[in-house]
Amino acid sequence: MAERLLIRGGTVVDPARGVEAARDVLIEDGKIRDLAAGLSKKPGLQGVETIDASGLWVIPGLVDMHVHLREPGREGDETIATGTSAAARGGVTTVLAMANTEPVCDTPAQLRLLRAKADADAKVRVLFAGAVTVGQKGERLTEFARLKEAGAAALSDDGRPLMSAGLMRRALELARDQNLVVIDHCEDLTLSAGACANEGAPALRKGLKGAPWAAETVQVLRDIALAELTGARVHLAHLSAAASVEAVRAAKRRGAPVTAEACPHHFALSDDMIPGYDADWKMNPPLRSREDRAALVEGLADGTIDAIATDHAPHGCAAKAAGFDPAPFGVIGLETALAVSLTELYHKKALTRRELVARLCAAPAAILGLGDRGTLAPGVPADLTLVDPNAEWTPAAPYASKSRNTPFSGRRLKGRAARTLVGGRTVHAL
Amino acid sequence: MTTSRRKDLLGLEGLSAAEIEAILDEAALYKAKPPKTPLAGRTVAFLFSEASTRTRSSFEEAALRLGAQPLSFSAAGSSLAKGETILDTMRNLEAIDVTHFVVRHERSGVLEDLAPRVAASVINAGDGWHEHPTQALLDALTLRERWSSFKGRRVVILGDVRHSRVARSNLIALKALGAKVVFCGPTPLVPDALSALGAQVEHDARRALKDADAVNVLRLQLERMEQGFVPSLADYALGYRLTPELAALMKPDAFVLHPGPMNRGVEIDSAVADGPRSLILSQVANGVFVRMAVLSACDRGRPARG
Repeated sequence: MAERLLIRGGTVVDPARGVEAARDVLIEDGKIRDLAAGLSKKPGLQGVETIDASGLWVIPGLVDMHVHLREPGREGDETIATGTSAAARGGVTTVLAMANTEPVCDTPAQLRLLRAKADADAKVRVLFAGAVTVGQKGERLTEFARLKEAGAAALSDDGRPLMSAGLMRRALELARDQNLVVIDHCEDLTLSAGACANEGAPALRKGLKGAPWAAETVQVLRDIALAELTGARVHLAHLSAAASVEAVRAAKRRGAPVTAEACPHHFALSDDMIPGYDADWKMNPPLRSREDRAALVEGLADGTIDAIATDHAPHGCAAKAAGFDPAPFGVIGLETALAVSLTELYHKKALTRRELVARLCAAPAAILGLGDRGTLAPGVPADLTLVDPNAEWTPAAPYASKSRNTPFSGRRLKGRAARTLVGGRTVHAL
Repeated sequence: MTTSRRKDLLGLEGLSAAEIEAILDEAALYKAKPPKTPLAGRTVAFLFSEASTRTRSSFEEAALRLGAQPLSFSAAGSSLAKGETILDTMRNLEAIDVTHFVVRHERSGVLEDLAPRVAASVINAGDGWHEHPTQALLDALTLRERWSSFKGRRVVILGDVRHSRVARSNLIALKALGAKVVFCGPTPLVPDALSALGAQVEHDARRALKDADAVNVLRLQLERMEQGFVPSLADYALGYRLTPELAALMKPDAFVLHPGPMNRGVEIDSAVADGPRSLILSQVANGVFVRMAVLSACDRGRPARG
């Protein structure tokens, strides 16, 4: 007997198929079986287990293509189990875990081990990026074909910028042969050395060493040139600077094979908002100026920036309490990304509902080549999120994440995930 | 006089002109008439993770003149390297009745987190590139003794502003008192973005100094050359060393200050440093009175014990 579940009374928003209408959704054996108005009234569906979604949006589960789960090596800060619990609470049903664990995920064996661990522990779907270079040292390329065979969903040295343009070129050529996207953390280390903040008035006032926006844009421009040279797909991680957005806009106009993401903290906050020396506001790239922040919102609105990703980066309290300069870079984001995006982009009318859902779901799925994610077509796995767009709440510790390093604690947000389903199974409900 | 009710002095940012004037008034009072021993029974501990001769001996002398007991605590830089360790150190010293901490640390902003967590007064003797409030106060006192008002005065701060806590605190004090401030130096050391802090930024020393009322010359740390901020000392000196000729561009009654220690022949010529316009030794003398005023004011700003 098939296992069936009916989601009734919600508004389905599925930009990938151009649907934005009142629909009931029938799930059967973990997959979407049917979407139609008034489905619940159909004879034969009486008595099926039903979730009332009145007043809610029914959207594809969020795909967060940039998270750090810290396992293995730093299980005190996060694990696959806790990180994916945080994802579930935030309406995220698929995450891409970056390779900068300890040890680095740079061999097929390591990748298989991690996938087995995720099969056992994860509350949502976990994909893994393989490192571009051995140990992320920027010296020798990893085995892309073997990593792909072992299940790598993308290639990235995220956290460690790949400084050699020559090596990046070879990496892109080989990645193209494997049809893998390379996700690059754009930062010229000779411009950012020693910096802990954005170079600008707030850092100058506080006596902190800043990195200029150009540290990012220089590498964005390099990557665009190399993408055009090689024809390989480059995805630019966590854009933070206005000039980077403009560079991507111009590149896309030429048809360059580049995509880009922005993080909620970068489009919601700016460096002038950092209270004192609070390291929960420290990440890399740093919060930049108000103008940069506005340019990110504009880039998300016109599609220059394809995807919203969190760069979820857990760090323990002790490390973050060391002071702004010595504290590690990074903030958590899985539990707040949807709410911050709704608050800053949708409710402030910068993006339409359909555009917002595209950035959170369809676009990242497409960049990673996941044809059956980020959409609610019949036959795809029933990964979906019920969104209460108007629920007001204030994030506060404790979080599902093991860490609590977020600048959004105590900030009033509007909208959140009311329920998250993975393969038709509820993994989070308010 | 506005009575300031602050137990700490972490910086000048956020202080009103009246609060700054009150500290200067009290310092002037101590200079005119040595006080009895208002801080008898108090203990002042020094936590210095960076080298200092001038500031530290000045604070020690100030404590002694107020009847307080200076407590020399020899802190190797490494043991103060972590925030938690400093807090533990401070709490231990509080347990033996330390009432004031005078702290110098290489990290900007290190005291903002610590000061609210101890009952004793915390006084910033220099944190990273952030602030050095007593230096700016003694500079202000030295100028105030010679000027009836700061209104309409133009003060040039010449040199490595980017890495200077003296420059930041001076800017805040001078602006609060009504003067205009010009930051001058090569762009890597005086980035244009500093204008957002409320100073005029000028890279041509001749233009900056023309008709100025005073110049405060900053020390050029020799390591800036290795770090690539200046190509060589000689190249820097060509544009920015305060020579008698450059100093002559200022108003005839203009003054020269330097927080020390000086690199003679690098950022300043001896003829200027030791010349008639130089207030450098007056600065050092005034430092003690300003620090007496700060130690006293913070003592009054502390809630009564028990």
